[in-house]
Amino acid sequence: MTAKRARNVAFVTLVLIAAFIWVFPLYWALTTSLRSESRIVSDAGVLLDEINFASYLSVLATSQLPRWYLNSVGTSLIITITVLFTGMMCAYALSQLRFPGRKLLYLLIVASFMVPIPALYVAQFILMNDLGLVNSWGGIIMPQLVVPVVIIVYKQFFDAIPREMREAVLLDGGGEFTLLFKLYLPLNWGITAALAIITFISAWNNFFWPFLIASSESMMTIPVGITQVYDTFGIAYGRIMALALLAAAPVILAYLVFQKRVTEAVMISAGVKG
Amino acid sequence: MSRIRRKQREMRSAIILVAPFMIIFAIFFLYPTIKVVMLSFTNAPLIGDGDWVGFDNYAKLLTDRLFRTSLWNNLYFVVLTVIPTTVIALLIALAVGQLRGRMQALVLTLFFLPYILPVSVVTLIWSWMLDFQFGILQPLIAAVAGRPVAVFRDPNWVMPMIALVTVWWTNGFNVLLFIAGLRNIPQDLYEAAALDGATPWQRFRRITWPLLWPVTTLVLTLQLILQLKLFDQVYLLSAGGPFNQSYVVLLQMYREAFQLNNGGYASAVAMVLFAIIVILSVLQFQLLKIRGRR
Repeated sequence: MTAKRARNVAFVTLVLIAAFIWVFPLYWALTTSLRSESRIVSDAGVLLDEINFASYLSVLATSQLPRWYLNSVGTSLIITITVLFTGMMCAYALSQLRFPGRKLLYLLIVASFMVPIPALYVAQFILMNDLGLVNSWGGIIMPQLVVPVVIIVYKQFFDAIPREMREAVLLDGGGEFTLLFKLYLPLNWGITAALAIITFISAWNNFFWPFLIASSESMMTIPVGITQVYDTFGIAYGRIMALALLAAAPVILAYLVFQKRVTEAVMISAGVKG
Repeated sequence: MSRIRRKQREMRSAIILVAPFMIIFAIFFLYPTIKVVMLSFTNAPLIGDGDWVGFDNYAKLLTDRLFRTSLWNNLYFVVLTVIPTTVIALLIALAVGQLRGRMQALVLTLFFLPYILPVSVVTLIWSWMLDFQFGILQPLIAAVAGRPVAVFRDPNWVMPMIALVTVWWTNGFNVLLFIAGLRNIPQDLYEAAALDGATPWQRFRRITWPLLWPVTTLVLTLQLILQLKLFDQVYLLSAGGPFNQSYVVLLQMYREAFQLNNGGYASAVAMVLFAIIVILSVLQFQLLKIRGRR
């Protein structure tokens, strides 16, 4: 029995070591960001032995980080709210109502999963240019509003709600909007929260599209903005790491706080794609 | 009479409910999809009109050596990432599955964390880790190569290193899928096998592996499609260099459209990727249907 226990302890230790090696790059970024620039290039001890916020202060003072935060928060929030509202309404109609073209619409949505979105960027850019939306929030937001997975997930959850509950509301004289917002949505707050968080994180993390459409530094979102700093800082890894961690902090926090929801949403949307 | 009225009301509601999504979908998805197909048959610049040139762009692609390089590099990258990430994710999921309670939650969090980071955060951190002069991994690289290497400027190192960074970044997603798959395997199968005196390897070989196979194919196909869409990491780490050793299809699309002002040709490049991924998706769908029937 003790041999088995010893083996178990050894196994857990091994897995823990592997996990810490896996996150070492993040730890190293943190350690670097808390050191003075001169020390970073002179001695590279791995222990976190200095806590110096100079890099962070310098980054906040010299870069447009606050502006990029504002752009990222604003565009990601608008995307998330719009995607959820339009998605749940469309899913409700697909799930509960009979109307001509329903099958075709459903097929279109499922087929759209196959399209690699970056292949559309040239055409979407031209469209944004025609609409006069290049280098604006509107331009960043609009092509990101199409997230068909949200509809399919909502539809599956709406399909599972018993018909009797619906009939009861209809007998009371409620319409479809009452049904959706007073019955179907409240029954699905959990999945709504999960979808909101991953929609927000993926909008926040999108690089390629905002990179194409935001041409001036003041319109950039965080992931795009932080790649511009080589020109400003030169090789100054303390400040670059401080910037990277400040850019990642909101999503890391969101993940740590809503961990269960994030993993749930990732699993459900992967299941839909499969 | 009232049934007809009820039906009409249902239709009116349906139209109102579907319209917001349909309008967005039509303008920002369907229209660009059709537009990119049309553009690929023209010689249009990025902004402005062009002439219809039939299949000229596609004919040009056949002889474009840079495009051939791009396709090869995409394929090379798929080889470097898809199977390694699947194997690593499976191993991590199996290990995490052996843990209990808080320890399991902690380890899973650590392995999943990189997946939620923005790509540029990932590339900035790895550029520092692998910096030629001060990178903390350079001693390790020197031990392998005999000298420090500026990995993103070295034709042999560039793609494997971008693959390494990508696996580190995206692996958490696959771990999660495998863990979900493992949880779906009935526990009593293992108990019965243990009663029959099966070794851990036999239990893996006879129970875990076959029952996990659907998840494994899902991970493999999702990764295959995802990794073909490579752009961000290459653009940020090596910009396609050195000597085009990391030039990939989407990078060529970007250069043609946004730097060389060839909207038509860029669209043809995009269409090739479009076609490859649609074909792969249809195959994946068929694969799942076959599996479902069994």
